Amino acid sequence: MPAEDKYAYPPADERTYVGRRMGRVDGTAKSTGHAKYTYDYNAKGLLYGAFVRSPYAHARIKNINTSEAEKMSGVKAVEIVQKPGSEIYWAGDEVVAIAAVDEPTVRDAVRAVKVDYEQLPHLVIDSEEPPHNIPPDTSPLGLDDLEDMARNQVPTAQMVKEINERGITFKPEEAPLDRMPADIAKAVKSAKQKPAEKKPPAWYKPAAAETQGDADAAFQAPEVVISEGLYGLPVITHCCLETHGAVCEWTDSDHLLTHVSTQYISGIPGQMAEVVGIPAANIRQVQENIGGGFGSKFGPDRWGIYSAKLSKKAGGAPVKMMLSRAEELEVAGCRPSAYARVRVAAKKDGKLTAWDSFGWGTGGPGGGGSPPIPYLIRDRVPNYRIQWTAVVNNIGPARAWRAPNHPQACLITMAALDDLAHKLGMNPLEFFKKNIELTGPRANIYMDEFPVADELMGWSKRWHPRGDKTPGPIKRGLGMSMHTWGGRGHQSECDLTIQPDGSVTIKMGTQDLGTGTRTAILAVAADTLGLTPQQITLLYGDTRYPMSGGSGGSTTIGGVSSATRRASVDARDALFLKVAPVLGSTPEQLEVVKGQVRVKGQASKALSWKEACAKMGAVPINAHGKNLGGRDPLMNSGVGGVQMADVSVDTEAGIVKINKMVAVQDCGLVVSLETAESQCYGALIMGISYALFEEKVMDPTSGRMLNPNMEFYRLAGIGDIGELVVHMMVNKYDGRGVIGLGEPPVISPGAAISNAVANAIGVRVPMLPLTPARVLAALGEQKGENA
Amino acid sequence: MIQFEYLSPSSVKQALGLLSPNWGDTEVLAGGTDLLGLMKDFVLTPKRVVNIKHVSGLEAIRSEGDGGARIGALVTLDRIVEAAHIRQNYPALAQTVADAASTQIRNMATIGGNLCQRPRCWYFRNGMGLLPKTPDGKSMVVEGDNRYHAIFGNEGPAYFVSPSTIVPLLIAYGARLRIAGADGERELALEKFFRIPGSDAEREHDLKPNELVTEILLPSAKGVRAANYEVRQKASFDWPLATAAVALRMNGSAVESARIVMGAVAPVPWVSQEAAQAIANKTINEQTASAAGAAAVSKARSLSHNNYKVKLAAVAVKRALLVAVGQTVPDLSTAQRGGGA
Amino acid sequence: MTTNNKSSGFSRRDFLKISSIAASVPLVAGPKVIEVAGQEVAVHGPGAVPVTLSVNGKRFNAELEPRVTLLDALREHFDVTGPKRVCDRAECGACTVLIDDRLVYSCTTLAIEAQGKEIVTAEGLGGGDRPHAVQSAFVNNDAQQCGFCTPGFTVAAKSFLDRNPHGHDAEIAHGLAGNLCRCGTYRGIHGVVAQMTGREPQGNAGTTMIASRATPSSKGDA
Ligand SMILES: Cc1cc2nc3c(=O)[nH]c(=O)nc-3n(C[C@H](O)[C@H](O)[C@H](O)COP(=O)(O)OP(=O)(O)OC[C@H]3O[C@@H](n4cnc5c(N)ncnc54)[C@H](O)[C@@H]3O)c2cc1C
Ligand code: FES
Ligand code: FES
Repeated sequence: MPAEDKYAYPPADERTYVGRRMGRVDGTAKSTGHAKYTYDYNAKGLLYGAFVRSPYAHARIKNINTSEAEKMSGVKAVEIVQKPGSEIYWAGDEVVAIAAVDEPTVRDAVRAVKVDYEQLPHLVIDSEEPPHNIPPDTSPLGLDDLEDMARNQVPTAQMVKEINERGITFKPEEAPLDRMPADIAKAVKSAKQKPAEKKPPAWYKPAAAETQGDADAAFQAPEVVISEGLYGLPVITHCCLETHGAVCEWTDSDHLLTHVSTQYISGIPGQMAEVVGIPAANIRQVQENIGGGFGSKFGPDRWGIYSAKLSKKAGGAPVKMMLSRAEELEVAGCRPSAYARVRVAAKKDGKLTAWDSFGWGTGGPGGGGSPPIPYLIRDRVPNYRIQWTAVVNNIGPARAWRAPNHPQACLITMAALDDLAHKLGMNPLEFFKKNIELTGPRANIYMDEFPVADELMGWSKRWHPRGDKTPGPIKRGLGMSMHTWGGRGHQSECDLTIQPDGSVTIKMGTQDLGTGTRTAILAVAADTLGLTPQQITLLYGDTRYPMSGGSGGSTTIGGVSSATRRASVDARDALFLKVAPVLGSTPEQLEVVKGQVRVKGQASKALSWKEACAKMGAVPINAHGKNLGGRDPLMNSGVGGVQMADVSVDTEAGIVKINKMVAVQDCGLVVSLETAESQCYGALIMGISYALFEEKVMDPTSGRMLNPNMEFYRLAGIGDIGELVVHMMVNKYDGRGVIGLGEPPVISPGAAISNAVANAIGVRVPMLPLTPARVLAALGEQKGENA
Repeated sequence: MIQFEYLSPSSVKQALGLLSPNWGDTEVLAGGTDLLGLMKDFVLTPKRVVNIKHVSGLEAIRSEGDGGARIGALVTLDRIVEAAHIRQNYPALAQTVADAASTQIRNMATIGGNLCQRPRCWYFRNGMGLLPKTPDGKSMVVEGDNRYHAIFGNEGPAYFVSPSTIVPLLIAYGARLRIAGADGERELALEKFFRIPGSDAEREHDLKPNELVTEILLPSAKGVRAANYEVRQKASFDWPLATAAVALRMNGSAVESARIVMGAVAPVPWVSQEAAQAIANKTINEQTASAAGAAAVSKARSLSHNNYKVKLAAVAVKRALLVAVGQTVPDLSTAQRGGGA
Repeated sequence: MTTNNKSSGFSRRDFLKISSIAASVPLVAGPKVIEVAGQEVAVHGPGAVPVTLSVNGKRFNAELEPRVTLLDALREHFDVTGPKRVCDRAECGACTVLIDDRLVYSCTTLAIEAQGKEIVTAEGLGGGDRPHAVQSAFVNNDAQQCGFCTPGFTVAAKSFLDRNPHGHDAEIAHGLAGNLCRCGTYRGIHGVVAQMTGREPQGNAGTTMIASRATPSSKGDA
């Protein structure tokens, strides 16, 4: 048998846990309040840290006076974060860090610090269309530019192109090449070095237009149907319920113990070592649970670094630095906005021929990445012209937000295509089917999913052309959308030990964001060893255990499942080697079933797990599993999902209510079905939330966020979700291996809901969130009122 | 919160004695659902907090012989919802209170605190002042994001909206308020309690810093058809964008007299004579209710971002009228809004 | 609840003369008693004062300033960390606890006010070391992801079910609106209420047609 085959998963009917609902293994700890998070970490002598923050969106620090704070009793350490002379680019940026004996005291001390600022002009509003005539920046790129681009998730291909065309102002060795995607590092190494140009500050950074075919000609072709529209969605926040933060303490003069609330446990030491001045090996990061991240918690951030620095100053005492809700929403999470004027054309039969868009958006001071529009079909639309202008403003720094750039691209694209389908007089489902080849390799998956979604939603039976004709102000409509995502597993390693007494321990330095990582690891190991999850101890969440990649981009499940499977198979086979002689058989003839090691097909020739392990002698079995990255057949990339929404709109009050949503989702081989479904339900709800409610509202004059709370930064509540139906494409694509699921289902809801509202009320509401103000304005425009 | 000294007086007199005659020095703590948030945000920085929850005599709901009611200032919202007398005689009130805030807040918040709660204006709550100004003296609200601000009574400098969702209905019922102060007790119509501040030194209600609201007096609602309608975006636990409360006395099927009060539209609960006149002596149906809604907003003046609220206020008035006479109104979900005759 | 501690010997009859409050605030800790309107009243703070709380049947003592909330007292002083601090403004429900069986936000209650009352948090909901049936139902319905909102939600759900033994969708939407979840576990929570009220959950139960649950014994902590 080829070496790799032994790791392949058995078929569905031979699995007890993998692909089934088995219950979240950490469920009871969470529901009874015993699960511990960074925020819950209490230690003797714990100090509390807090930041003095800039009240201005754009300013230069002139003077800092901390003397009064330093004199206060209970204040243990003060650190200047940004020195006088530094320029501040968003309100809430950190200026001074303080640690004190308790939280009230540290908040008092923060208020006692006096900082003088020179205010500079700011821009925080981004929805207005930028001028079209600004030439793209062709000046060579500095390291800061690259960092900005990375922060804003500018697609790798685009970054490579810009590096090649514009050149760089620094020496390649100065760049953190080992932390860059390989293609970008390669481009940097071969880029032309040029002297830096003095660039005047600019609010708008247009990128060069990207084209394919001849868009102008395609729009002028005879017999094409053209639809035009404006679509967009504002900056929103992550609003993790556990705010960002960390507890750090020096266990001795050169060892640091950190509890950063993070999506990347293994990555914390490497990111902190240089700034705190000790080798990464001397830093230990521990985290049992994390209360939400959604892409915003990969680095130690200033709170991680400064809790360590303050701790050092305070003689090593642990310093807890957790952001308040207002701080969280102002500085710790921002999904870039995206707006676009779009023109699309199709032949009368519905075949899409051309796309033309002028888009813009902001991710704060770094501008904003261009979402991959037209979404799903970009590589295959015969003609397009895509223009994008990054708005550089002071709204706060962008962070990856669950499926970076995809919900934006999806809304703009699917809404534009839905409008085109309407113009063509086509049912959107038929329109999407007609153009399905444009989606490329996943076309067959969508085609498999369409009928399931259709049936669960009753689409074909209930769909009506735009504008519900039912009398009365309540109008009902259906909308749909599709999405994809990569989601190949990250690098991940696993140590699995079987002791002679039969106990089994797994060690992995991974984290469980609530996605069910622990449950999935135990499902794989339990199935492979023929045990129950309860018989296996999982040690995780600590840099003392084998490394695992960051939990972002839906990379965790692929990475950890493969590493676990490999370690489990190897350990099991090592056990078979020891036990085979006892059972008078060969290792190849053995199997593990329900806590027994037995000869295949001979139930009588069996040992209990405990008896079998006792045959090992005194030496435990230790197996190390490591996935094979890009060439690992146990994991894969590229999922397909279809979603449909059923909404009612009160056209007098402008209120949108979700009646029902259907998500049909593929992710290759489903490892943990129940937690996978929960991911989809959760994503639908998060999607409903950004479709209807979420918006980071900025004040133009003060440059501050006006809704840094959970009262006017609205999240969907339990009454806002309607009926949710999730269908995982189980057992259909198992052969593709395991693919990540965290991001994909959150991509489509905005588009599906926007399309459903258009179908209900007969007019497009251009921007999310679909608030009464916007719905009424769209209806007013339809009636010719100037709303 | 800054440090404060904390006292729990046991009588109204004692409480009054502990309150400073100047705003800012002391604050009254009832349920705390509003006060503590304001203190955490340093919007209020009292040096003394006077907890009135142990003050005797303010925690009862009493029924009057004629069917009227007196509600002590310390009665929590959940008790109003559950009180048999209120459910029978003021069903719209029970429903409206049940729809306010969340279960937890209703268990904590007092009706006195509800009347005295401070505006939710995001400039105010972010520490920029109740009448916030830009460095060059313009209103930050007018220049800025005023999507939730006033469409009536917004000649300046006040642009916030009166927050309580309960008060408009109480005013429609003709509620009066008893207030205790150093010089004894006074009584006034609830609508007179609210006023539009003209300067930063004033608050949005007619209460001296060393006075206490002690009781709400509800006249008998026999023969009154009342309803409250709130336009809220979320199904529950969400500040409404506009509300309307109506209390009607009928003569057969025609309206004899009407009190129509809008909420979340002005710095004070906004009593609409226009709407009341529009409906006088008429039978309420879709057309007349619509006309009353239109009349209610005929003098509205929107700011740069809140034109939609004019429409919502009209819809709220129209639907409140229809609910009051037992007609069905469009409803996206049963949990969404209060009603009841 | 105010403790008379005359030993400090602080008494002021003519309180109205106190125009400057700051001047009237001695910086010594411990309740003092002053006389107002012919009655005595204790002055707590502004410094730390002794506070005793009864939480999940256990008594806890600490010296706390009056400005410390019940939530912070529980979490930071008594290491009862089930209640979470999320908004700290009565907006989200993560800090939900029962005080004398009433559902409240502990972030918006002063610790000093909660003395002499029975406080129950998620940790104590089951009355002992065992989870409450509602908490088990959260596990059964996978009504949790990151779990940060969950302890507060379980307390709210238990209280809701006590008062609405037949709670239906509209009542859930209204009665449990005081708790927010960012991961999106509301559908599971509908399932919890359905299970506890003996109903079938509304709507399609997911990928049911294809995969059944594994053996029930696989539920619970590993
Ligand atoms: C997230 C959220 C949502 C909400 N939603 C709604 C809603 O939908 N509808 C609604 O109506 N309200 C709503 N509220 C407001 C809530 O109802 C009020 O906060 C509450 O009623 C205030 O009562 P309290 O007893 O907690 O007052 P406190 O917070 O104790 O006091 C509030 C103010 O009134 C003063 N005060 C209190 N009692 C007296 C008295 N007897 N005499 C003189 N002054 C007094 C205090 O000094 C303070 O300034 C919401 C609040 C929050 C936080
Ligand atoms: S933390 Fe108390 S309600 Fe949010
Ligand atoms: S489970 Fe994460 S916030 Fe609710």
